[in-house]
Amino acid sequence: MPREEVMKWLRTRFFPHIWCPGCGHGVIMHALLRSLTALDKKPEETVIASGIGCSSRMPGYINACTVHTTHGRSLGFATGIKLAKPELTVIDVMGDGDCTAIGGNHFIHAARRNLDITTVIFNNNIYGMTGGQYSPLTPMASKATTAPFGHIERPFDIAALAIAAGATYVARGTAFHAQLLTDLIVKGIESKGFSVIDAITQCPISYGRKNKMGSAADMLAWQRDSAVPAQAVAKMKPEDLQGKFVIGELYRTTAPEYTAEYDKLIARVYKKGGKEN
Amino acid sequence: MPKIAFWQGNMGIAMGAIAAGCRFFGGYPITPSTEIAEAMAEELPRLGGKFIQMEDEIAGIAAAIGASIAGVKSMTATSGPGFSLKQENLGLAYMAEIPLVVVDVMRGGPSTGLPTKISQQDVMQARWGSHGDHGTIAYAPSSVQECYEITVEAFNMAERFRQPVLIMNDEVLGHMREKVIVPEDDTLVLVDRKRPTVSPDEFVPYRADEQDDIPPMAGMGDGYRWHVTGLTHNDWGFPTNNAAEIEKKMLRLMRKIDRFRDDIVKYDTESVKDADVLVLSYGSVARTALSAVRMARKKGIKVGHFRPVTLWPFPDKELELIASRAKTILVPELNCGQMVLEVERVVGKERVVRQNLVNGELFKPAEILSKIEEVA
Repeated sequence: MPREEVMKWLRTRFFPHIWCPGCGHGVIMHALLRSLTALDKKPEETVIASGIGCSSRMPGYINACTVHTTHGRSLGFATGIKLAKPELTVIDVMGDGDCTAIGGNHFIHAARRNLDITTVIFNNNIYGMTGGQYSPLTPMASKATTAPFGHIERPFDIAALAIAAGATYVARGTAFHAQLLTDLIVKGIESKGFSVIDAITQCPISYGRKNKMGSAADMLAWQRDSAVPAQAVAKMKPEDLQGKFVIGELYRTTAPEYTAEYDKLIARVYKKGGKEN
Repeated sequence: MPKIAFWQGNMGIAMGAIAAGCRFFGGYPITPSTEIAEAMAEELPRLGGKFIQMEDEIAGIAAAIGASIAGVKSMTATSGPGFSLKQENLGLAYMAEIPLVVVDVMRGGPSTGLPTKISQQDVMQARWGSHGDHGTIAYAPSSVQECYEITVEAFNMAERFRQPVLIMNDEVLGHMREKVIVPEDDTLVLVDRKRPTVSPDEFVPYRADEQDDIPPMAGMGDGYRWHVTGLTHNDWGFPTNNAAEIEKKMLRLMRKIDRFRDDIVKYDTESVKDADVLVLSYGSVARTALSAVRMARKKGIKVGHFRPVTLWPFPDKELELIASRAKTILVPELNCGQMVLEVERVVGKERVVRQNLVNGELFKPAEILSKIEEVA
C-alpha cells in the first residue's frame, strides 16, 4: 500500500484503474506522487495534463487539477494553463507515441520555449491502448500488430531529441528503478524550465507478448539488466553499451524560462488602463 | 465619452475582445485573420494579459482552452485551413464545457483555396465541423461596429453557456475600415462564468444547476480540484460507459443551448412588412444586398431584407413569421448554397431562390438588384 500522504493524492472513487496486469504505469504514477509529496506540493496548486493513451488516463486517478486532453496536444493545453497561472506546478504525462509521434511538434516547441513544465514520458515502446501498434520508440526488428514482419524504422532517442530542442533538464528512469525515478522527477520539477523524464516502462500484454519478452517480472529484470547508470558511462567502452540504455540525470543547463521572460515583458510595457501608447 | 475609431473588422474584433475582458490569445499566423493576432500581441501585454504564437493552429486553440481552464477569458482566430485544424480541440471545449471565442475570417476554399479572397464557405463547418453532437453559437457580423459589439457578446455567451462561441467574419469585412463608435468600458455589460459557491470538498464539477443546465466552473488554481476530459463523463467529470450517465451529459449539452435559444438568436430586418420578395443574407453580403434592396424599393419593388446575425442558432421561427407573406425568398451567398438549406428547411423549397457566387469576389449591388427584378 502507498503511504498515507500518497493515498491523499488518489481519487480512489475512480478505481479500479484501466491498466492491464503487469503494466508499469502504476509504478510511475506512484513515483510521480511520491515526488509531489516529497516536494510538499498542494494538489489544488498542481496541474497534471495528459494526452490520449494508457498513460494519459493517469490524471483521472490523481486528486489534483487534472486535464485529460486530445491525442498529442497536452503540451499545448499545459502551455495555456502555465502562462495563465505561472504559480501553478504543471506536470505533463504522455505516452511515447502521444509525445513523439502525434505530439512531436508540440514537444520540441515546448522544449524550445523552456516553459516551466515537467514532462514524464511513459515509454513502453508501443501504442498499448489500441492494442500494440508500433510507435516512434519501437526498436528496429521488433514485432507490432502493424509491423507483423518486424519493424524497419529507426526509433527516436527521446533524451537526445529533448536536449537538441532546448529542454533544460533531461533524465531517464525505469519502472524497475522506482526510487531513482522518484528522485529524477523531484529534480525535474525543481528545475526551473522544461524538464523531460523518459520513464521506461513495460507493456507485457501488447509489446512483451509479441516480442517474447516473458512476464512483467521478466521485463522488469530486462530493465534492471539493460540500464547503465549515467555515472558509469564514462568508464565504459562503446561496445559495452551495445543494447543498453543510460539512466539517471543526462543533461542539465540553465536558460531563460518562458513565463519569467513573459513577466519581464509585461513589466516593460504594462500601462495602467493599457490604452495609451 | 464614447471614442470614435477608424478600424478594420479584424481590429474591431480584437478591440471587442479586449473590452470583453479577454486576457489570453493563442494563435498562429494565417491570412486573412492575422491582424487579430497582431493586435492582440500588442494590446494584451500592456494590460497584463498574454499572447502566444504557437507552433501550429492546433496548439493555438489548445493554449487558449488551457488558459480558459485556468480561469482567463481567451480567444483564438484563424481562417479556413486553420479552422479545419482546430476542429478536434474545439470538440474538446464543447465536451469539457470550456468557455472560448474562436474567430474564422472566411476565405475561399476548399484547401488553401483563396487566402486573400472572400467566401462564406465555412458556415456549415461552423455548425458541423467538429465530430459529435453539440449546440453551436456562431455570429456573422456585417460592419466593423458589429465586429466590436458581437465580440463582446460572443464572450458573454461563451462565459454564460460554458462553451466555445464562433465569430464567422469574412475577408472583406476583416480588412475593410470604417467608423466605429467605441463605448466607454464601464458602459458594457460583461458576463463572467458562474463560479462554484460550495466548498472545494463539496464541489461536483459537472453537476449542473437545474435552473440553467450549466455547472459552475472553477478556475484551476482557485482552490478547487477537478478533472477535465474529452471523454464522455459523469457529474464527477470522470469517464463513463454508463448509458444513463452518457445520455444525461449528451442531452444536457444540447439542452443548455436549446432552452435559451431566444436569448441567443439575433437578426435584423429592413422593409419586410409589405415585402413580396424577401432577401436573406449575412456578413459582407448583407451590405451589398441592403443596397440592392434600397435601389429596388426606389424602383417601386416591394422587397425587404432579413439578416441573421446568429447563423447558429438559426433564427428559424422569426424567419418563418417574417417570410410568411413573401412570395419569394432570395438567398445570395458566397458559396454553393449552405445557409439556404436552413432557409429551405424553414419556408420550404418552393419559394426559395438561390444566388451563389464562388469566384472570390463579393456580389455587386447591381447583380443582386437584377436578381430581385428577375424574381419580383
